[in-house]
Amino acid sequence: MKHVTLRGGLVLALALAVALLPGASPIEAQGKGTIKIATQSPLSGGQAALGEGIKLGTQLAIDKFKGNLEKAGFKVELVPFDDQAKPDVGVANAKNIIADKDILAVIGHLNSGVAIPSSEVYKETNLTMISPANTNPTVTDRGYGNVNRVCGRDDVQGVVGSEFAAGTVKAKSVYIVHDKTTYGQGVAEFFRDDAKKKGLNVAGFEGTEEKSNFDPILTPIKAKNPSLIYFGGIYDQGAPFFKQASEKGIKAKFMGPDGMDSSDLTKIAGKAVVGMYYTSAAGPASALTGAKGFVDDYKKKFSKNPEPYAAEAYDATAIALKAIEAAAKGGKLPSREAVSAAVRQVKHKGITGEIEFDGKGDRKKALYFVLQVASDNPEKWGENKIVKQLTIAAPSAKK
Amino acid sequence: MDLQLLVTIFPQVLLDGILLGFMYALIALGYTMVYGVLEFINFAHSEIFIVGAFVGVEILLGLKSAGLLEAIPWLPVLLLVLVAGMAASGLLAVSIERIAYRPLRHAPRLIPLISAIGVSFFLQDAIRLFESIWRNAFNLVYPTLDVLNRRYDLTSTIDIPLKSVVVIAAALLMLWALWALVNRTKIGTAIRAVAEDQAAASLMGINVNRIISLTFLIGGAMGGAAGVLFGVQYSLVNPYTGFIPGLKAFTAAVLGGIGNIPGAMVGGLVLGLLEAFAASYLSLLTGGAFGAEYKDIFAFSVLILILIFRPKGLLGEVVRERA
Repeated sequence: MKHVTLRGGLVLALALAVALLPGASPIEAQGKGTIKIATQSPLSGGQAALGEGIKLGTQLAIDKFKGNLEKAGFKVELVPFDDQAKPDVGVANAKNIIADKDILAVIGHLNSGVAIPSSEVYKETNLTMISPANTNPTVTDRGYGNVNRVCGRDDVQGVVGSEFAAGTVKAKSVYIVHDKTTYGQGVAEFFRDDAKKKGLNVAGFEGTEEKSNFDPILTPIKAKNPSLIYFGGIYDQGAPFFKQASEKGIKAKFMGPDGMDSSDLTKIAGKAVVGMYYTSAAGPASALTGAKGFVDDYKKKFSKNPEPYAAEAYDATAIALKAIEAAAKGGKLPSREAVSAAVRQVKHKGITGEIEFDGKGDRKKALYFVLQVASDNPEKWGENKIVKQLTIAAPSAKK
Repeated sequence: MDLQLLVTIFPQVLLDGILLGFMYALIALGYTMVYGVLEFINFAHSEIFIVGAFVGVEILLGLKSAGLLEAIPWLPVLLLVLVAGMAASGLLAVSIERIAYRPLRHAPRLIPLISAIGVSFFLQDAIRLFESIWRNAFNLVYPTLDVLNRRYDLTSTIDIPLKSVVVIAAALLMLWALWALVNRTKIGTAIRAVAEDQAAASLMGINVNRIISLTFLIGGAMGGAAGVLFGVQYSLVNPYTGFIPGLKAFTAAVLGGIGNIPGAMVGGLVLGLLEAFAASYLSLLTGGAFGAEYKDIFAFSVLILILIFRPKGLLGEVVRERA
């Protein structure tokens, strides 16, 4: 008896579900389908501030540029994924992403070490990835047709840093610490190699995964008394490192790559990092001509200042949408291959300047900056001084 | 190899190691006390520890936003934060025992262990949830008390900030107090009796459940104090910060002889010193072939060696005798 009731209930539920379904379908039937843009960036954990910026920048660009596609009858949606800055999570997400046929472009990642294995997955279906932030050379040097970036490269960024250390800061000796990730160690090695070439004394080159207690690393640094310390890594580790260095009474100048570029650096390290230099392959929004409207829109919509890479994510998304439009000529949902190919054809005047990709997905001309932290107030991160600005063409792959 | 440099930094490295060692020792007490009484590893202890750090940072941030941080002298502030951290962590440990361990006390050994790991995950994400709603932040930073960063020159090359002195003094004081409590008081006798034989202790009129709760309270409170001191010393805490120090402290407890209170201190110091020396000296001694990143490998290799030759730890394991 019980059995029958249960079955009866099931049938009723099924009937209800069927009855409700048609209610939803007419709306879908009007359109030609949904186009989804995925973001992959850390939305939780210590680097969430930057990852969130990538998501919001993408969101803003979709809202702004989806008009043409909607007129053509498509629905455009953002699907954010949280890669937690971990390669395994990024790859797992990537598998879900390629399984969703509606996703035609990925904007991400934040970390090169996550982007490289994840893009291997995107490549299986030729899904285009446009990275706002991955500066490690390997990202594009593999020559994949679906991998692009709107930011610069570490082999240039590291050199920009060492040139500045040798030329402007006039450092005699440098001590280099890195975080052992693809990105951090990579950029630190480029910095080291070029610093050696320039005749700087490299007093030490040390990797660490430590997040809280830097005493044992700092003690030899203090004894060696270098004129500059370079930390190849991201702010959530760099900030406590520099804070403890300053508390230990180390007088060296501090420097880092674009991973230091977040208001959280001063939130954590406070006074210790005022006057610190960092290089960036992504300019601060305030320095970009044409970004004014973007900053205002961003503040209005999300009631906070755009983090670094938000502007790059915005441009990357605009390019993705342009490419999808171009590939969708004829009013049909384009294939991933078509979108990937179209991305390489796009010429876009974005808020970070003219963007055009070369044969391996690097930006033909990328901007590089050296900035100096101006204040210990995180709210004033946007006011950091640009002490040097360069436009450098991407080097060709070394093979 | 720069011999001069090795000699110059030696005292500073020693100091770094001692400091780290006391930190591990304080956390290790929580593992060792619970093990001594229940023969059970409380893997949620690393989160009990970090809850202390979070309570500390919340109070300091609260005082700061009320403008009181500068107004009150540093010692009462520190004491207040310490006591609050200890209370919070102690009570948390007691509640965890009540909810997650007591119902499983007579289950096979592995079951409460799994329960402990579950509690540990639960607490990590509970803290993360709370902080993301409350402050929309992941990393919390201890407000700087400028006095605590004042440095005292011991020699021309070695100096020690006041906060490190505070950490070492507090750790020593607490270790002594705990040792005295266990060995010199009636409660201590009861704790030792329960550790020896629960059934017999209960026949002697000892309320076993109460003593077990008390053990968790004391171990948790020590963890909470360690959390506050950790935050004051290293300044950055996030919900997952507790995991690695917790693991190291557990190792320290095993190294010293688990269940053994002076053992926890010895184990903590040995591990702290090993780590500090490995991190500072490895790259100097090997010309950069092995860098500071090998510190844990080095420290744990030594640990394995010690445990091969002294399987019960440096000071011996303290385990109840079975009738």
